[in-house]
Amino acid sequence: MTKQMMDLLSGDVLEDNLEITLAELCQICRVPAERVFDLVEEGIADPLGQDPRHWRFQGISVLRVRCALRLENDLGINAAGAALALDLLDEIESMRTRLSRLENLG
Amino acid sequence: MEFKDYYEIMGVKKDATQDEIKRAYRKLARKYHPDVSKEADAEKRFKEVGEAYEVLKDPEKRAAYDQLGANYKAGEDFRPPPGWDQGFEFHGGDFTGADASGFSDFFEQLFGRGFSYGGGGAAQGNREFHARGNDTHAKILIDLEDAFHGANKTMTLKHTELGPDGRPQINERALNVRIPKGVRQGQHLRLAKQGGAGIGQGEAGDLFLEIEFRPHPLYKVEAKDVYLDLPLAPWEAALGAKIKAPTPTGPVDLKIPPNSKASKKLRLKGKGIPGKPPGDFFVVLQIALPPADTEAAKQAYREFEKAVPFNPRAHLGV
Repeated sequence: MTKQMMDLLSGDVLEDNLEITLAELCQICRVPAERVFDLVEEGIADPLGQDPRHWRFQGISVLRVRCALRLENDLGINAAGAALALDLLDEIESMRTRLSRLENLG
Repeated sequence: MEFKDYYEIMGVKKDATQDEIKRAYRKLARKYHPDVSKEADAEKRFKEVGEAYEVLKDPEKRAAYDQLGANYKAGEDFRPPPGWDQGFEFHGGDFTGADASGFSDFFEQLFGRGFSYGGGGAAQGNREFHARGNDTHAKILIDLEDAFHGANKTMTLKHTELGPDGRPQINERALNVRIPKGVRQGQHLRLAKQGGAGIGQGEAGDLFLEIEFRPHPLYKVEAKDVYLDLPLAPWEAALGAKIKAPTPTGPVDLKIPPNSKASKKLRLKGKGIPGKPPGDFFVVLQIALPPADTEAAKQAYREFEKAVPFNPRAHLGV
Protein backbone atom coordinates (compact mmCIF):
# COMPACT_ATOMS: atom_id res chain seq x y z
CA MET A 1 0.00 0.00 0.00
CA THR A 2 1.38 3.34 -0.91
CA LYS A 3 1.35 5.99 1.69
CA GLN A 4 -0.93 8.71 0.53
CA MET A 5 0.15 12.25 1.20
CA MET A 6 -2.62 14.33 2.62
CA ASP A 7 -2.85 18.05 2.25
CA LEU A 8 -2.54 19.92 5.49
CA LEU A 9 -5.82 21.68 6.18
CA SER A 10 -5.94 24.84 8.17
CA GLY A 11 -8.86 26.99 9.19
CA ASP A 12 -9.88 29.91 11.34
CA VAL A 13 -10.47 29.54 15.05
CA LEU A 14 -13.88 31.16 15.34
CA GLU A 15 -13.43 32.23 18.96
CA ASP A 16 -10.19 34.07 18.26
CA ASN A 17 -9.82 37.64 17.16
CA LEU A 18 -11.45 36.89 13.84
CA GLU A 19 -13.60 39.64 12.32
CA ILE A 20 -16.14 39.10 9.57
CA THR A 21 -18.64 41.23 7.66
CA LEU A 22 -22.40 40.83 7.56
CA ALA A 23 -22.13 39.28 4.09
CA GLU A 24 -19.57 36.73 5.31
CA LEU A 25 -21.68 35.87 8.34
CA CYS A 26 -24.75 35.32 6.14
CA GLN A 27 -22.77 33.18 3.73
CA ILE A 28 -21.19 30.98 6.42
CA CYS A 29 -24.46 30.56 8.33
CA ARG A 30 -26.57 30.35 5.15
CA VAL A 31 -29.14 32.88 6.27
CA PRO A 32 -30.56 36.01 4.70
CA ALA A 33 -29.46 39.30 6.28
CA GLU A 34 -32.98 39.92 7.62
CA ARG A 35 -32.64 36.94 9.94
CA VAL A 36 -29.33 38.28 11.21
CA PHE A 37 -30.99 41.64 11.95
CA ASP A 38 -33.49 39.84 14.24
CA LEU A 39 -30.66 38.08 16.06
CA VAL A 40 -28.61 41.28 16.41
CA GLU A 41 -31.67 42.93 17.96
CA GLU A 42 -31.71 40.20 20.63
CA GLY A 43 -27.97 40.51 21.23
CA ILE A 44 -27.21 37.02 19.88
CA ALA A 45 -24.64 38.60 17.58
CA ASP A 46 -23.06 41.86 18.63
CA PRO A 47 -21.49 43.75 15.71
CA LEU A 48 -19.12 46.71 15.95
CA GLY A 49 -19.81 49.60 13.60
CA GLN A 50 -22.64 52.02 12.94
CA ASP A 51 -24.71 50.63 10.08
CA PRO A 52 -25.03 47.13 8.57
CA ARG A 53 -22.72 47.97 5.66
CA HIS A 54 -19.89 48.61 8.12
CA TRP A 55 -20.75 45.97 10.68
CA ARG A 56 -17.87 43.79 11.89
CA PHE A 57 -18.83 40.60 13.70
CA GLN A 58 -16.58 38.53 15.92
CA GLY A 59 -15.99 34.98 14.70
CA ILE A 60 -17.91 33.57 17.64
CA SER A 61 -21.05 35.12 16.14
CA VAL A 62 -20.96 32.31 13.57
CA LEU A 63 -21.43 29.73 16.31
CA ARG A 64 -24.04 31.73 18.21
CA VAL A 65 -26.09 32.44 15.08
CA ARG A 66 -25.94 28.83 13.91
CA CYS A 67 -26.90 27.54 17.34
CA ALA A 68 -29.77 30.07 17.65
CA LEU A 69 -31.13 29.04 14.25
CA ARG A 70 -31.04 25.35 15.21
CA LEU A 71 -32.80 26.04 18.51
CA GLU A 72 -35.48 28.14 16.80
CA ASN A 73 -35.99 25.56 14.11
CA ASP A 74 -35.95 22.45 16.29
CA LEU A 75 -37.64 23.65 19.45
CA GLY A 76 -40.06 26.24 18.13
CA ILE A 77 -38.68 29.07 20.26
CA ASN A 78 -38.23 32.66 19.10
CA ALA A 79 -35.06 34.75 18.92
CA ALA A 80 -35.50 36.05 22.47
CA GLY A 81 -35.81 32.50 23.78
CA ALA A 82 -32.77 31.42 21.81
CA ALA A 83 -30.79 34.38 23.21
CA LEU A 84 -31.70 33.37 26.74
CA ALA A 85 -30.78 29.74 26.06
CA LEU A 86 -27.41 30.75 24.60
CA ASP A 87 -26.53 32.90 27.60
CA LEU A 88 -27.51 30.15 30.02
CA LEU A 89 -25.57 27.54 28.02
CA ASP A 90 -22.45 29.74 28.20
CA GLU A 91 -22.86 30.09 31.93
CA ILE A 92 -23.39 26.35 32.43
CA GLU A 93 -20.32 25.60 30.33
CA SER A 94 -18.05 27.85 32.37
CA MET A 95 -19.44 26.43 35.62
CA ARG A 96 -18.88 22.88 34.38
CA THR A 97 -15.26 23.65 33.56
CA ARG A 98 -14.76 25.25 36.95
CA LEU A 99 -16.45 22.37 38.74
CA SER A 100 -14.37 19.74 37.01
CA ARG A 101 -11.18 21.58 38.01
CA LEU A 102 -12.26 21.95 41.65
CA GLU A 103 -13.59 18.39 41.96
CA ASN A 104 -10.21 17.08 40.97
CA LEU A 105 -8.25 18.87 43.67
CA GLY A 106 -6.13 16.26 45.42
CA MET B 1 -34.74 -4.27 9.20
CA GLU B 2 -35.80 -3.62 12.78
CA PHE B 3 -39.29 -2.58 13.66
CA LYS B 4 -39.31 0.76 15.50
CA ASP B 5 -41.87 1.34 18.21
CA TYR B 6 -42.52 5.05 17.83
CA TYR B 7 -44.82 5.10 20.86
CA GLU B 8 -42.10 3.65 23.06
CA ILE B 9 -39.54 6.13 21.73
CA MET B 10 -41.90 9.00 22.58
CA GLY B 11 -42.85 7.50 25.94
CA VAL B 12 -46.59 7.75 25.23
CA LYS B 13 -49.41 5.21 25.23
CA LYS B 14 -50.80 3.84 21.97
CA ASP B 15 -54.03 5.75 22.50
CA ALA B 16 -52.34 9.08 23.32
CA THR B 17 -54.10 12.16 21.97
CA GLN B 18 -52.39 14.37 19.38
CA ASP B 19 -51.91 16.97 22.12
CA GLU B 20 -50.20 14.47 24.41
CA ILE B 21 -47.93 13.44 21.57
CA LYS B 22 -47.03 17.04 20.85
CA ARG B 23 -46.24 17.73 24.51
CA ALA B 24 -44.12 14.59 24.78
CA TYR B 25 -42.23 15.59 21.66
CA ARG B 26 -41.54 19.14 22.86
CA LYS B 27 -40.22 17.82 26.15
CA LEU B 28 -37.95 15.20 24.59
CA ALA B 29 -36.72 17.59 21.90
CA ARG B 30 -35.56 20.01 24.60
CA LYS B 31 -34.00 17.20 26.61
CA TYR B 32 -32.02 15.68 23.76
CA HIS B 33 -31.29 18.71 21.60
CA PRO B 34 -27.60 18.31 20.69
CA ASP B 35 -26.89 21.97 21.45
CA VAL B 36 -28.35 21.69 24.92
CA SER B 37 -27.81 18.12 26.09
CA LYS B 38 -24.52 16.75 27.39
CA GLU B 39 -25.65 13.14 27.06
CA ALA B 40 -23.35 11.14 24.83
CA ASP B 41 -26.09 9.79 22.56
CA ALA B 42 -28.12 13.03 22.49
CA GLU B 43 -27.89 13.46 18.73
CA LYS B 44 -29.07 9.91 18.05
CA ARG B 45 -31.94 10.22 20.50
CA PHE B 46 -32.94 13.59 19.09
CA LYS B 47 -33.16 12.16 15.57
CA GLU B 48 -35.11 9.15 16.79
CA VAL B 49 -37.63 11.34 18.57
CA GLY B 50 -37.92 13.60 15.50
CA GLU B 51 -38.62 10.59 13.31
CA ALA B 52 -41.22 9.18 15.72
CA TYR B 53 -42.95 12.56 15.87
CA GLU B 54 -42.91 12.89 12.10
CA VAL B 55 -45.13 9.82 11.95
CA LEU B 56 -47.28 10.20 15.06
CA LYS B 57 -48.13 13.87 14.61
CA ASP B 58 -49.69 13.17 11.22
CA PRO B 59 -53.03 11.35 11.61
CA GLU B 60 -52.68 9.73 8.18
CA LYS B 61 -49.22 8.32 8.80
CA ARG B 62 -50.13 7.39 12.34
CA ALA B 63 -53.20 5.39 11.26
CA ALA B 64 -51.16 3.50 8.67
CA TYR B 65 -48.38 2.84 11.17
CA ASP B 66 -50.88 1.65 13.80
CA GLN B 67 -52.44 -0.86 11.46
CA LEU B 68 -49.07 -2.14 10.35
CA GLY B 69 -47.44 -2.17 13.76
CA ALA B 70 -50.20 -3.92 15.68
CA ASN B 71 -48.33 -7.23 15.66
CA TYR B 72 -44.76 -6.04 16.01
CA LYS B 73 -42.51 -5.23 18.94
CA ALA B 74 -39.52 -2.86 18.94
CA GLY B 75 -36.39 -4.50 17.50
CA GLU B 76 -38.24 -7.34 15.80
CA ASP B 77 -37.24 -8.13 12.25
CA PHE B 78 -39.63 -6.33 9.99
CA ARG B 79 -40.61 -6.48 6.31
CA PRO B 80 -43.47 -4.32 5.16
CA PRO B 81 -46.07 -6.52 3.44
CA PRO B 82 -46.50 -5.64 -0.23
CA GLY B 83 -49.09 -2.96 -0.79
CA TRP B 84 -49.31 -2.33 2.95
CA ASP B 85 -50.18 1.31 2.44
CA GLN B 86 -53.06 0.73 0.06
CA GLY B 87 -56.15 2.51 1.14
CA PHE B 88 -54.17 5.21 2.91
CA GLU B 89 -53.78 8.56 1.36
CA PHE B 90 -50.61 10.45 2.24
CA HIS B 91 -50.51 14.08 1.45
CA GLY B 92 -46.97 14.46 0.27
CA GLY B 93 -44.61 17.19 1.27
CA ASP B 94 -45.51 17.31 4.91
CA PHE B 95 -42.06 16.67 6.21
CA THR B 96 -42.45 19.77 8.21
CA GLY B 97 -39.38 21.28 9.72
CA ALA B 98 -37.65 18.11 10.84
CA ASP B 99 -34.38 17.29 9.15
CA ALA B 100 -35.39 14.11 7.40
CA SER B 101 -31.88 13.17 6.29
CA GLY B 102 -31.28 11.35 9.59
CA PHE B 103 -34.37 9.17 9.41
CA SER B 104 -33.98 5.41 9.62
CA ASP B 105 -34.29 2.78 6.90
CA PHE B 106 -37.45 1.68 8.66
CA PHE B 107 -39.00 5.11 8.10
CA GLU B 108 -37.87 5.22 4.49
CA GLN B 109 -39.33 1.79 3.76
CA LEU B 110 -42.70 2.89 5.05
CA PHE B 111 -43.00 6.45 3.93
CA GLY B 112 -40.41 6.78 1.20
CA ARG B 113 -37.70 9.36 0.89
CA GLY B 114 -39.72 12.45 0.26
CA PHE B 115 -36.66 14.53 0.85
CA SER B 116 -33.20 15.00 -0.50
CA TYR B 117 -29.70 15.16 0.84
CA GLY B 118 -28.13 18.56 0.93
CA GLY B 119 -31.08 20.67 1.83
CA GLY B 120 -32.73 21.31 -1.54
CA GLY B 121 -35.52 19.57 -3.43
CA ALA B 122 -34.84 16.28 -5.20
CA ALA B 123 -33.75 16.27 -8.81
CA GLN B 124 -36.85 16.29 -10.94
CA GLY B 125 -37.14 14.94 -14.46
CA ASN B 126 -34.21 15.92 -16.61
CA ARG B 127 -33.51 19.17 -14.85
CA GLU B 128 -30.01 19.30 -13.46
CA PHE B 129 -29.87 19.89 -9.77
CA HIS B 130 -27.14 21.57 -7.76
CA ALA B 131 -26.96 22.18 -4.04
CA ARG B 132 -24.28 23.04 -1.56
CA GLY B 133 -23.35 20.18 0.74
CA ASN B 134 -24.26 20.07 4.42
CA ASP B 135 -22.15 21.74 7.05
CA THR B 136 -20.80 19.09 9.40
CA HIS B 137 -19.53 19.09 12.95
CA ALA B 138 -16.92 16.89 14.59
CA LYS B 139 -14.67 16.85 17.63
CA ILE B 140 -10.91 16.61 17.52
CA LEU B 141 -9.04 15.33 20.56
CA ILE B 142 -5.72 17.04 21.21
CA ASP B 143 -3.18 17.21 24.01
CA LEU B 144 -2.69 20.31 26.10
CA GLU B 145 0.87 20.45 24.79
CA ASP B 146 -0.52 20.84 21.24
CA ALA B 147 -2.19 24.07 22.32
CA PHE B 148 1.16 25.34 23.61
CA HIS B 149 3.18 24.55 20.51
CA GLY B 150 0.67 24.06 17.70
CA ALA B 151 0.53 20.67 15.94
CA ASN B 152 -0.52 18.76 12.86
CA LYS B 153 -3.11 16.11 13.67
CA THR B 154 -4.46 13.29 11.57
CA MET B 155 -8.02 12.27 12.19
CA THR B 156 -10.56 9.95 10.60
CA LEU B 157 -14.07 11.14 9.92
CA LYS B 158 -17.03 8.95 9.16
CA HIS B 159 -19.56 10.57 6.92
CA THR B 160 -22.63 9.65 4.96
CA GLU B 161 -22.58 10.03 1.22
CA LEU B 162 -24.87 9.05 -1.59
CA GLY B 163 -23.42 5.92 -3.18
CA PRO B 164 -23.58 5.05 -6.88
CA ASP B 165 -26.90 3.28 -6.28
CA GLY B 166 -28.40 6.47 -4.88
CA ARG B 167 -28.53 5.10 -1.33
CA PRO B 168 -26.61 6.72 1.50
CA GLN B 169 -23.48 4.89 2.55
CA ILE B 170 -20.92 5.50 5.25
CA ASN B 171 -17.45 6.44 4.08
CA GLU B 172 -14.31 7.11 6.04
CA ARG B 173 -12.05 9.99 5.27
CA ALA B 174 -8.70 10.88 6.79
CA LEU B 175 -7.84 14.50 7.38
CA ASN B 176 -4.59 16.17 8.28
CA VAL B 177 -5.40 19.28 10.27
CA ARG B 178 -3.23 22.16 11.42
CA ILE B 179 -3.95 22.89 15.08
CA PRO B 180 -2.94 26.50 15.67
CA LYS B 181 -0.93 27.44 18.74
CA GLY B 182 -3.14 28.92 21.46
CA VAL B 183 -6.37 26.98 20.83
CA ARG B 184 -8.51 26.25 23.85
CA GLN B 185 -10.98 23.64 24.98
CA GLY B 186 -14.34 24.01 23.23
CA GLN B 187 -13.12 26.35 20.50
CA HIS B 188 -14.12 25.71 16.90
CA LEU B 189 -11.98 25.50 13.83
CA ARG B 190 -13.87 26.18 10.61
CA LEU B 191 -12.49 24.25 7.64
CA ALA B 192 -14.13 25.71 4.56
CA LYS B 193 -15.48 23.17 2.04
CA GLN B 194 -14.50 20.13 4.11
CA GLY B 195 -18.08 19.27 5.09
CA GLY B 196 -20.64 17.21 3.20
CA ALA B 197 -20.17 16.88 -0.57
CA GLY B 198 -22.32 19.08 -2.77
CA ILE B 199 -24.89 17.75 -5.20
CA GLY B 200 -24.30 18.34 -8.90
CA GLN B 201 -21.97 21.27 -9.19
CA GLY B 202 -22.85 22.59 -5.74
CA GLU B 203 -19.81 23.13 -3.58
CA ALA B 204 -19.07 21.18 -0.41
CA GLY B 205 -20.30 22.39 2.98
CA ASP B 206 -17.99 23.47 5.79
CA LEU B 207 -16.56 21.34 8.57
CA PHE B 208 -16.71 22.77 12.09
CA LEU B 209 -14.13 21.05 14.27
CA GLU B 210 -14.55 21.40 18.00
CA ILE B 211 -11.34 21.27 20.03
CA GLU B 212 -11.33 18.91 22.96
CA PHE B 213 -8.37 18.41 25.28
CA ARG B 214 -7.50 14.89 26.30
CA PRO B 215 -7.53 14.78 30.13
CA HIS B 216 -3.99 15.51 31.32
CA PRO B 217 -2.38 13.50 34.13
CA LEU B 218 -0.88 16.64 35.73
CA TYR B 219 -2.71 19.75 34.62
CA LYS B 220 -6.26 21.06 34.71
CA VAL B 221 -7.35 23.72 32.28
CA GLU B 222 -9.90 26.46 32.71
CA ALA B 223 -10.27 28.73 29.66
CA LYS B 224 -6.66 29.80 29.02
CA ASP B 225 -5.40 29.22 32.53
CA VAL B 226 -3.60 26.03 33.50
CA TYR B 227 -3.58 24.61 37.03
CA LEU B 228 -1.14 22.24 38.72
CA ASP B 229 -1.59 20.66 42.15
CA LEU B 230 1.84 20.74 43.77
CA PRO B 231 2.47 18.64 46.90
CA LEU B 232 4.90 20.02 49.52
CA ALA B 233 6.49 18.39 52.56
CA PRO B 234 5.30 20.07 55.79
CA TRP B 235 8.76 21.57 56.40
CA GLU B 236 8.89 23.02 52.86
CA ALA B 237 5.54 24.73 53.42
CA ALA B 238 6.52 25.93 56.90
CA LEU B 239 10.08 27.07 56.32
CA GLY B 240 9.88 28.08 52.70
CA ALA B 241 11.79 26.30 49.96
CA LYS B 242 13.12 26.43 46.44
CA ILE B 243 11.62 23.58 44.46
CA LYS B 244 11.09 22.49 40.87
CA ALA B 245 7.61 22.36 39.31
CA PRO B 246 6.69 20.97 35.90
CA THR B 247 4.94 23.20 33.32
CA PRO B 248 3.86 22.32 29.77
CA THR B 249 6.90 24.22 28.49
CA GLY B 250 9.39 22.56 30.85
CA PRO B 251 10.29 22.62 34.56
CA VAL B 252 10.55 25.93 36.41
CA ASP B 253 12.17 26.90 39.74
CA LEU B 254 9.61 28.00 42.30
CA LYS B 255 10.18 29.88 45.52
CA ILE B 256 7.76 28.76 48.21
CA PRO B 257 7.33 31.50 50.83
CA PRO B 258 7.60 30.50 54.53
CA ASN B 259 4.32 29.64 56.30
CA SER B 260 2.54 28.73 53.07
CA LYS B 261 -0.87 27.17 53.58
CA ALA B 262 -2.54 24.35 51.66
CA SER B 263 -4.63 25.44 48.63
CA LYS B 264 -2.67 28.69 48.34
CA LYS B 265 -2.30 29.63 44.68
CA LEU B 266 0.94 30.87 43.18
CA ARG B 267 0.50 32.58 39.82
CA LEU B 268 3.03 32.42 37.00
CA LYS B 269 1.81 35.26 34.84
CA GLY B 270 1.56 34.56 31.12
CA LYS B 271 2.63 30.91 31.48
CA GLY B 272 -0.81 29.53 30.58
CA ILE B 273 -2.04 28.82 27.08
CA PRO B 274 -0.32 31.21 24.64
CA GLY B 275 -2.32 34.05 23.11
CA LYS B 276 -2.82 37.78 23.14
CA PRO B 277 -2.91 38.04 26.09
CA PRO B 278 -1.70 34.60 27.20
CA GLY B 279 -3.31 32.72 30.09
CA ASP B 280 -1.67 32.23 33.49
CA PHE B 281 -0.21 29.14 35.12
CA PHE B 282 -1.40 28.50 38.67
CA VAL B 283 0.38 26.29 41.15
CA VAL B 284 -2.02 25.13 43.87
CA LEU B 285 -0.11 24.10 46.98
CA GLN B 286 -0.94 20.86 48.75
CA ILE B 287 0.68 19.65 51.94
CA ALA B 288 1.59 15.97 52.00
CA LEU B 289 2.20 14.28 55.33
CA PRO B 290 5.02 11.76 55.59
CA PRO B 291 3.57 8.46 56.86
CA ALA B 292 4.37 7.54 60.46
CA ASP B 293 5.31 4.00 59.55
CA THR B 294 8.68 3.63 61.22
CA GLU B 295 9.67 4.07 64.85
CA ALA B 296 11.92 6.99 63.86
CA ALA B 297 9.06 8.77 62.07
CA LYS B 298 6.70 8.24 65.00
CA GLN B 299 9.33 9.61 67.38
CA ALA B 300 9.80 12.67 65.17
CA TYR B 301 6.04 13.39 65.20
CA ARG B 302 5.98 13.05 69.02
CA GLU B 303 8.86 15.52 69.36
CA PHE B 304 7.18 17.87 66.94
CA GLU B 305 4.03 17.78 69.07
CA LYS B 306 6.04 18.63 72.20
CA ALA B 307 7.98 21.42 70.52
CA VAL B 308 5.03 23.14 68.77
CA PRO B 309 1.82 23.62 70.79
CA PHE B 310 -0.88 23.61 68.09
CA ASN B 311 -4.65 23.16 68.10
CA PRO B 312 -5.91 23.14 64.51
CA ARG B 313 -9.50 23.20 65.83
CA ALA B 314 -9.14 26.31 68.02
CA HIS B 315 -11.46 28.32 65.75
CA LEU B 316 -14.19 25.67 66.01
CA GLY B 317 -14.57 26.47 69.73
CA VAL B 318 -13.96 22.91 70.95
